[in-house]
Amino acid sequence: MIGVSHYLILSGLLFSIGFMGVLRRKNLLMLFFATEVMLNAVNIAFAAIGNYYGDLSGQMFAFFIIAVAASEVAVGLGLLILLYKKYGSLDLDVISSMKG
Amino acid sequence: MYEFIAFYIFAISTTILFMITVMSKNVLYAMTSLAAGMVMISGFFFLLGADFLGVVQLIAYVGAVMALYSFAMMFFDATRDIKEKHANPSLVFLLGGLMAVVFVIIFSAPIIGDNIEASYPIVEGIGNAQAVGMVLFTKYLVPFEVAAIMLLVAMIAGIILAGKKMDDSLTTTVIAKEPEDEILKESK
Repeated sequence: MIGVSHYLILSGLLFSIGFMGVLRRKNLLMLFFATEVMLNAVNIAFAAIGNYYGDLSGQMFAFFIIAVAASEVAVGLGLLILLYKKYGSLDLDVISSMKG
Repeated sequence: MYEFIAFYIFAISTTILFMITVMSKNVLYAMTSLAAGMVMISGFFFLLGADFLGVVQLIAYVGAVMALYSFAMMFFDATRDIKEKHANPSLVFLLGGLMAVVFVIIFSAPIIGDNIEASYPIVEGIGNAQAVGMVLFTKYLVPFEVAAIMLLVAMIAGIILAGKKMDDSLTTTVIAKEPEDEILKESK
C-alpha cells in the first residue's frame, strides 16, 4: 500500500521541480510560481509525516506555511508592480543593476 | 486499492502540471497549470486524513493566492511569450536532480529514527477540524496571533506598494506633451 515514503519521494520530486524552476527562470513572476511549487511540496511532506506519526504538528506547520505564502504573495506582487512601473519589464537581465 | 489509484492519479497529474508551470513560456499557461496542480495537492491532504488542511489549501491557495496572481497579471502583458536567455540549461537539470536525491535522503532520515513520539497525537472519534481547532487555539495560539498580525502587515504593504500612482497606465505609453516653455511660445 501507499506508505509515507511514497509521499516523501513525491514531495522531494516536486520540490526539485520547483528548485529547477528557480534556477532556470529569468522572469520574476515565473520565479514566484516556482517558489509556490516548492512551498506546496513541503506542505505535502509535513502532512505525510504528521499522518505517519499520528501527530497534528505537521498540519499546524502546513497552516503557517500557507499563511506565510499568502503574505509573501501580497508583498511580492506589490513589489513586482513597482518594478514593472520603473523598468517596464520583469526580466532579471534587464532589472539587474550590479555588473559582476 | 482506491488509495493506491488516487495517489498515483494525483502524483502523476501534479508532476505534469508543475512541470508545465516551470517550463512554459506563457504566463497564462503557467498560472493555470499551477492552480490546477494546487487543486490536485489538496487531494493528497484529503488522502492523508488532513481534511481541514485540504479545505484551507483549496480556499486560501487556489481561491485567494491564485486570484491575487491573476489580478496582478492585469498589470503585466500576459499574452506575450516570455523570452528568457538560458546560459547553460544542462547544469540546471543536473543541480535539480542532485536536489531530488538530497531531499529524498533528508526526508527519509526520520523514518530510521524510531524513538519519535507524537507531541499532539490525533485523537480517535473526533473530526479533523475539531482536533485542529483544539490544538491551534491552545498550543499554537501565539503563533496563530502572530500570523494574523503578519497577514495584516502584508495586506497594508500590498495596498501601499501597489496603490502608488495607480492612475498611471502601465501598458500604454503616454504621448509626450507639447513643450510648455515660455520662450518657445513667444517665438511662435
